[in-house]
Amino acid sequence: MRYLPLIPLLPAVGALVNGVAGIRYFGKRVSGWFACATMLGSFLLSVRAFLELLGLPAEAREVTVTLARWIPPIPTPVAGGLGTFAVDWSFRLDPLSALMILVVSGIGLLIHVYSTAYMDEETPGAYARYFSYLNLFCFFMLTLVLAANFLVMFVGWEGVGLCSYLLIGYWYEKKSAADAGKKAFLVNRIGDFGFILGMFLVFFTFGTLDFRAVADAAGTWPVEAGAFGTLSLICLLLFTGATGKSAQIPLYVWLPDAMEGPTPVSALIHAATMVTAGVYMVCRNAVLFSHAPEVMLIVAVVGVLTALMAASIGLVQYDIKRVLAYSTVSQLGYMFLATGVGAFAAGAFHLMTHAFFKALLFLGSGSVIRAMHHEQDMRRMGALKSFLPVTWATMLVGTLAIAGIFPFSGFFSKDEILYRTFLANKAIWGLAVVTAIMTAFYMWRLMAMTFWGAYRGPAFAGRVHTADGGHPVAPHDHVTHPGHGDPAHGHGDWHGPHESPRAMTWPLILLAAGAVVAGLVGVPAALGGANHIEHFLAPSFEARPVAHGAGGAAPTNVASHAVEGAGPALPDHGTAPPLQTAALEAAAPSAPGHGPAGQGHGAGVAHLSRGAEIALMAFSVLVALGGIAFAWRNYISQPERAGQMKQRFAGAHRVLSNKYYVDELYDATAVRGTMGAARGSWRFDRTVIDGLVDGSAWATRLSSWLSGLLDTHLVDGAVNATGATFREASHGLRRLQTGLVQNYALLMMIGVFALISLYLIVR
Amino acid sequence: MTPITPTHYMALAAALFTIGVIGVLWRRNLIVIFMSLELMLNAVNINLVAFSRQHDHVTGQVFALFVIAVAAAEAAIGLGIILAFYRNKETVNVDEIRLMRW
Repeated sequence: MRYLPLIPLLPAVGALVNGVAGIRYFGKRVSGWFACATMLGSFLLSVRAFLELLGLPAEAREVTVTLARWIPPIPTPVAGGLGTFAVDWSFRLDPLSALMILVVSGIGLLIHVYSTAYMDEETPGAYARYFSYLNLFCFFMLTLVLAANFLVMFVGWEGVGLCSYLLIGYWYEKKSAADAGKKAFLVNRIGDFGFILGMFLVFFTFGTLDFRAVADAAGTWPVEAGAFGTLSLICLLLFTGATGKSAQIPLYVWLPDAMEGPTPVSALIHAATMVTAGVYMVCRNAVLFSHAPEVMLIVAVVGVLTALMAASIGLVQYDIKRVLAYSTVSQLGYMFLATGVGAFAAGAFHLMTHAFFKALLFLGSGSVIRAMHHEQDMRRMGALKSFLPVTWATMLVGTLAIAGIFPFSGFFSKDEILYRTFLANKAIWGLAVVTAIMTAFYMWRLMAMTFWGAYRGPAFAGRVHTADGGHPVAPHDHVTHPGHGDPAHGHGDWHGPHESPRAMTWPLILLAAGAVVAGLVGVPAALGGANHIEHFLAPSFEARPVAHGAGGAAPTNVASHAVEGAGPALPDHGTAPPLQTAALEAAAPSAPGHGPAGQGHGAGVAHLSRGAEIALMAFSVLVALGGIAFAWRNYISQPERAGQMKQRFAGAHRVLSNKYYVDELYDATAVRGTMGAARGSWRFDRTVIDGLVDGSAWATRLSSWLSGLLDTHLVDGAVNATGATFREASHGLRRLQTGLVQNYALLMMIGVFALISLYLIVR
Repeated sequence: MTPITPTHYMALAAALFTIGVIGVLWRRNLIVIFMSLELMLNAVNINLVAFSRQHDHVTGQVFALFVIAVAAAEAAIGLGIILAFYRNKETVNVDEIRLMRW
């Protein structure tokens, strides 16, 4: 599988070409289809890689391809002595990353195709810029999921954050979009900080950053039940990173604002792929988390609280994309709940099914928004079913899937999570069920307000807007409207909502098919299935009990926990570990510290009887149907009830509409606090620091002024006084110098006489 | 007729010397000043010879002869200077000679 690095690198080429040449020279058709072609290549390679992986025996499904050495070995102190810090550009294909590359490149491809039509109102330069960003995003996302060590993953992790920022702020002339991009980036940075610290601690503890080596080493540690040790701290820090990237409490606030970006971006980045990176990262470090049950509980509680809170906010939103955004936050909460109760496979399974139906719902909403001329408020939609039949049908599939109705994909994944939660913690299960009701309700509310009821949008040719509305008389069925995208096709002669072009409907149809069948890979045993996906993914979540005899980087305390005499020693952490043998497999259950908590489908997990499991499923489906029925009554059969409800629970409605005032809270604390601290330190700088500087300058000036005075008056005065004295004296004395010889002679004579006289007198 | 005593000689010499001094100090013509200078020298010579005779000692007369020789040399140099000065200034008036004035 030498071609493995090509999977991320193909979109990178697309991004480079479109970014360097496309913005200036490419037409829309060239840049759009070039981007799609790179994604198609990446997807086909992913499929091939996946099939090759399936062809291998289950224990051998781990292929590492090292592209180059990144950081040469550097001796670095670690917990157990002196380690070696060395990082390679290496990619690893295992069941989890194989699943992820299929999701990312597959859905990425569909969204690229969709975008070629959705973005066609942009200028060619902006169009190429959009596809360059989108390709760049796919490159980083595929790097993230294929990374074989923490540092390469971090490259992807930061890269997707950057692309998210660029794409949220794609319409950067709009202030709200630019602000939303900034917010997303800054909030993500807080989480990244935790990830970085976790990464440091991983290296310090295990002496390596390779996922497999870390997992194998951690597998030999005792489970930190009832204690908070090093592994727990690592997991908590990593989870902090995950809350930022995957929009969990307390760092979820950026995701609803991220809806300022183009809708396909919301579908790809903020629903299907990037926001699941946190879930993926937790799954990737499943062994670490399994050894930290305290942190697992935190993860589960944060997950379920996020799910509940976001779902409740979603109940009252009117912006179609914001409903979906809160729905995404809520579903991500479900995924964390799954990982928190140890059901990593269920989390990854829900990640996959969610990627299908949420991308579908977002793309459907994009189709609606485009049909309504960039109207996102559901109060100004309604009765679009007959205008947008394909969009309606596909979104209906997505809604049923997310609501968890049998046999759509969401049913299997969500039910697996609920089942595993029920086994782990009844209280959390209760909250998750409430969330499920809310999910069904707000999704059906979205469908009802958009596709059923009375038409509440602006009037258009051939139809006069009436207050009571009614069903449209003549549905426009322009599947491929030729005039759309034409700049002259403005608001003036709008012909009413009409179906999107085929480049948009086909991705919808394909995603809807995915949303229906994706669940079939995980049919639980209780329904006669084999739960293929769980067995397929299980090796990714388990440690391999191997001895670390020769591993110089392995700290001594790790080595003391290693299974003695089981298998050959690891020569180097940079390479793939040796494949486990049957003997090792047999040794696994007896390995010390190989705890039962959360080990996939391990023997330690309790089971319900088959009947009880089916009853639980039936219950969750009934609950979802209840939510749908409630929404049906409030928004379709008796639409006036929605207003009454709003009035009766005005207080609750206000709190929910304002999203629990969390943004205001953060604004009042974090934002104001930061600004206040900045202002304070500015003031400190202005007064104290500048005062010191200015004061010293002033003192210098004063002393120089004084010595200047001394110089001019004392020193120069003395010099001038000397000169003046001689000058003044010379005025009188120079008169003696007459220049007349006879004067001199006379004086000489007088002198002689005087001297002689003196001599004569004194003698 | 009273004999001529050294006193007479000294009076004559003093008179001559005084005339020379006055000539040097008051006359403006360089030539005249020069001649007055010669008068003063000769007044000294008279004194020297007079005292030589008085004391019957020849040194005074020898000294007088030396004075005459030096005066001759001095006259030659002095007249040369006066000539050179006259060539420059076209005058021998000492009032015009004020090069050393401030």
